[in-house]
This record gives sequence, structure tokens and C-alpha cells, in this order.
Amino acid sequence: MVIMQSTSETTIAPPGARPAATAPPPARVKLLTTSVSSRTAWLLRALSILGPLAAWWALSAGGVVDPTFLPSPSAVWTAGVTMAQSGDLPSDLLASLGRIGAGFGLAVLISVPVGFAMGTLGWAQPLFEPVIGILRYLPASAFIPLLIIWLGIGEPSKIALLVLGVVFFNTLMTADAVRQVPYRLLEVSATLGASRLRVASRVVLPYALPGIIDAMRVNAAAAWNFVVVAELVAATSGLGYRITRAQRFLQTDRIFAILVVIGLIGLTIDIALRLLRSRVGRWTR
Amino acid sequence: MTSAAMAGLRIESLSKEFTAGRPVLQDVDLAVAPGEFVCVVGASGSGKSTLLCLIAGLSRPTAGRVLLDGHEVAGPGPDRGMVFQTASLFPWRNVAHNVAFGLEALGVPRGRRQERVRWLLDEVGLGHLATALPGRLSGGQQQRVSIARALACSPRVLLLDEPFGALDVQTKEDMQLFIRQVWQDVGTDPLTAPLTDPEAPHAPADPAHRSTIVMVTHDVEEAVFLGQRVLVLSSDPGRISQDIAVNLPEPRSLEMKRSPEFLELKATVEDLVRAEHRAHQARTAL
Ligand SMILES: Nc1ncnc2c1ncn2[C@@H]1O[C@H](COP(=O)(O)OP(=O)(O)OP(=O)(O)O)[C@@H](O)[C@H]1O
Ligand SMILES: [Mg+2]
Repeated sequence: MVIMQSTSETTIAPPGARPAATAPPPARVKLLTTSVSSRTAWLLRALSILGPLAAWWALSAGGVVDPTFLPSPSAVWTAGVTMAQSGDLPSDLLASLGRIGAGFGLAVLISVPVGFAMGTLGWAQPLFEPVIGILRYLPASAFIPLLIIWLGIGEPSKIALLVLGVVFFNTLMTADAVRQVPYRLLEVSATLGASRLRVASRVVLPYALPGIIDAMRVNAAAAWNFVVVAELVAATSGLGYRITRAQRFLQTDRIFAILVVIGLIGLTIDIALRLLRSRVGRWTR
Repeated sequence: MTSAAMAGLRIESLSKEFTAGRPVLQDVDLAVAPGEFVCVVGASGSGKSTLLCLIAGLSRPTAGRVLLDGHEVAGPGPDRGMVFQTASLFPWRNVAHNVAFGLEALGVPRGRRQERVRWLLDEVGLGHLATALPGRLSGGQQQRVSIARALACSPRVLLLDEPFGALDVQTKEDMQLFIRQVWQDVGTDPLTAPLTDPEAPHAPADPAHRSTIVMVTHDVEEAVFLGQRVLVLSSDPGRISQDIAVNLPEPRSLEMKRSPEFLELKATVEDLVRAEHRAHQARTAL
């Protein structure tokens, strides 16, 4: 690659621009990864949010699209404020958050120990890997009818959907994070007299924790998806339920307001887990 | 067998095969007295690291056994400290906590632990870096921490696998003097023993209570300078082909490296290693 680049440069250069006797300058190669100043980074972050927002505003305010289909940002804001004041939005938000807390929490409580075992114990990997490998390819949403038959339309079926949607992925990702621990560190620990339990808690866990939190961050987003899906199908509360209500009355502004709220909550969870990760994984930098 | 004969490290017709029929080590016999400093030299791939791992108990021999003070080695343990070629520190633990790891595992009470870590860090010249993370340390400093961490458990035997191989000449020389000093200063007395001398609270009362050191290196000069004995490991299969006593005056100093005795001994060992290498090449050429 480098050689090709430098030869093509020589041929492209206009005659006389460079004396023929002079060797071409050594090709300059840049590292693949680049970085920008923190000011530029913040500007780009702002652009990333404000750009699409401006496009939305331009589309709706310019009258290009019928406001029934694409309400303007200000209409969405008003709809959001109305819902917030009526108390619907806060109670729906709490209902959805409660389900996330229970379902995602349960999934983490199951998947982290199982994944940890898969990454460390010889027998756990061949025992769990095949079944989880199959189960995770079954779309969790397709289980909704079954779950309703089994568990009814109450809370248990929604929490079960969340668990089903998250637990397999989080298990495999946790196992991967745990397997990243260098074998050499396990050997060193053993020569220092550490028991297996101590190695698990004092070596493997601290080493894998940043990766485990990363896995949770990815799967928290999936959990949000599943809770809204579950509420769209059958619920009497929650943000998904509020969307179906608004749909019945063609209140697209309300639907948009709820989508914005969902996005903001998701962002908050993501940022919180990011902060936790950079705190826990300070040593990785 | 008397208890004196049982003391120290004994290796009895030790063999190791990773693939059946192709032994990496074959019928290795070796006795290292308590407090002895032994260096092992040999070509790359001759099985030096394999030998240390077998002594450490990190891998199991195909045949033969390793005995420490008469007890067969069945697995890794804090009585045999190991320092690998590349420092393998716990990156999330600061220097002091790295050194304390083995003491925590042994259940040494906190006060005693902190005091021993402080003393060891001073001994390896890193007292000022106690709270630094390993990622901030130079290669030589990391190796010092690794050595301090292994010594913290007061091991009977310290196993060093080319610990200075990746260091520049100057740092390497410093580290050679340093490991010699450590060998003088750090004993293998049990961590529960009463502290006698407040100036050197962990120094061995008796030279026989010094750590036994088995150090692997491919640097013949280093081996002759550090070791009381130099073992030459042959290749394919690995076996100890020479056992050379180094009768240079103690303590060793850098000037000694220019003395005729030193140079002669170094040349002798180099010739032996070269002959071993030639013989190996001739065998593999067939
Ligand atoms: N885990 C293993 N599985 C298979 N073969 C191995 C294993 N460990 C070592 N070997 C082989 O055993 C031989 C000796 O390896 P070893 O690492 O002990 O050599 P060494 O003398 O330490 O070499 P170097 O000076 O390069 O470190 C090599 O041929 C190597 O390929
Ligand atoms: Mg080696």
C-alpha cells in the first residue's frame, strides 16, 4: 500500500516540479484512529442532536408534510406539557420504568452469574453455550402471545418478555468479558496462594467489570425496546400504552412527545452506565 | 534420608511432553540447596520456561517429580514465587496493593501487611510509587514490583523467568545488583516470626534462611555474574548438560565483570552453550 502510494505520487507530479534525481519523499502514513480536540468533539455532539432537530423543524414548519403526519416541534412540546400536567405522562413513565427495573434487573441477576460461570468454569461453557446460542436467535417479541397465554396480560408477562429479550445476550456478552482475563494473571494469582474463590472475586471480577457494564449498557437499550413493545400489545399503563391511545385519536403530536421522552430516558440510562464504567474502568486508560 | 538432604529443591527424573513422543524436557535431575542462587541458560525453545512452570506447579510433569523440602509439588503455591518474563501486574491495583495481594491471600493481618509492603517497596526502591497504577511504570519498575510481590509471601524458592530480558543494558545492570541485594536481604522466615531487628525487620537471621533463587536467562554474562551455579540446558530433548560452579568472591560487584576469572568462566560457559547449539543443529539437520 505504502509503496504504491509513493510511486503513484511520483508519476502524477508534473514534470520539472521535482528533479528526477531526487528520491520521492517517504510516504506519510497516518494511524488509523484519529482524535479531535474536546471543543470540536462537543461541537460535533451538538450537531448530532441539533442537526436532525433542525431538519424536522424545517420539514414541518415549511408545510412540506401534513402536520397530522409530522407535527412541528412546538406542537410536540405543547402536547408533552399537557400530558405531563394531566399526570398521565409521569404515571406512565413510572410504570414503564418499574417494568424495566424489575425485568432488566432480573435478567442481570441471572445473566451475570451464569455468564461469569461460563467464562471461568470448564463445565459451564459446554453446558450453557448451545442452548443459549439457539434461544437468543428466537425473537423475544414472538413470545408475547405465548407469554400472555401462560402468564396473563398483567405484569408477569411483561417482565418475562424483558427477561427473555435480554438474558441470553447479556449472558454471552458477560462470558466474553470474563474470558478476556489474561491467563497469566490467573497463574500469578495461584502462585501467590490465592484460592479459586479469591481469584474469582479479586482478579476476574475487577478485570471483567468494565466489560460487564458495557454489555449491560448495550442490553439496557434492548430492554427499553421490549418494554414499549410489550405495552403496545397489551397494557393499561406505560409509555407504550399511551402511544396506542394517542394512535386511536390520531394524536401524532402526543406520540412524538412520548417518543422524545423514551429517547431521553434511554440517553440518561446510557450516560449513567457510561459514567459508572469509566469510574470502574479508570485503570484501563 | 536425613532432613538436611531433604531440605531445598529436588527435581527427580523430570520429563515433560506436550505432544506424545516429543519430550521438551527429559530426565532432568537437579538439587538446589536452601539459599542457593542458581542460573539456567539455554537456547530459545530448550524448555527453560517449561522447567520453571513445572517447579511452580503451573503445569504437571509427564514423568518424574519436583520436591520442595521433601514434599512433592502438586500445584502452584506461595512457597514458590514466580516472576514471568513480562511483568504481569494487576492493572487495577496500585503498586502497594499489587505487592499486598499474596499477603491478603495468606490472611496476614492488615498492620503487618502494610508494614511488610512498605519495607519491600523501600527494598526495591519504589517507596515513592506506592500509590501509582502499574500502567504508569517503566518496564524495569514493573519488574521490581513483580519481584516484590513474589517475595512478599516469603517464598522458599523464587523462580525468575528471564526477568531482565526486555531491559536496556544500564537498567539490566542495576537490576542484577538489585536482585543480588534482595537475595541477601529478604529471608524466607515465616511471616508470623517475631520481628527482631527493627532496622531490617525481615532480613534472614541465618544465610540458610535466604530465598533460594532459580533464574532463567539467555545472557551468559548475567548467569555467571549472578549465579553460584550455572546450569546449561540442552535442546531437544531438554536436559541439564552442564552444571558449573561459579567460585567468584562474594559479594559480587560490577568491577568483577572485568576480572580475568570472570571473563574466563564466561568464555567457558559460552563455549559450552555454543557447542550445545552446534550439536543441536547437527542433530536437526539429519
Ligand atoms: N503449552 C505448550 N503447548 C505445547 N508446546 C509447548 C507449550 N509450552 C511450550 N511448548 C514447547 O516447548 C518447547 C520449550 O518451550 P519453553 O517456553 O520452555 O522454551 P524456553 O527455553 O523458555 O524458550 P525462550 O528462551 O524462547 O523463552 C518449545 O518447543 C515450545 O514450543
Ligand atoms: Mg521462556
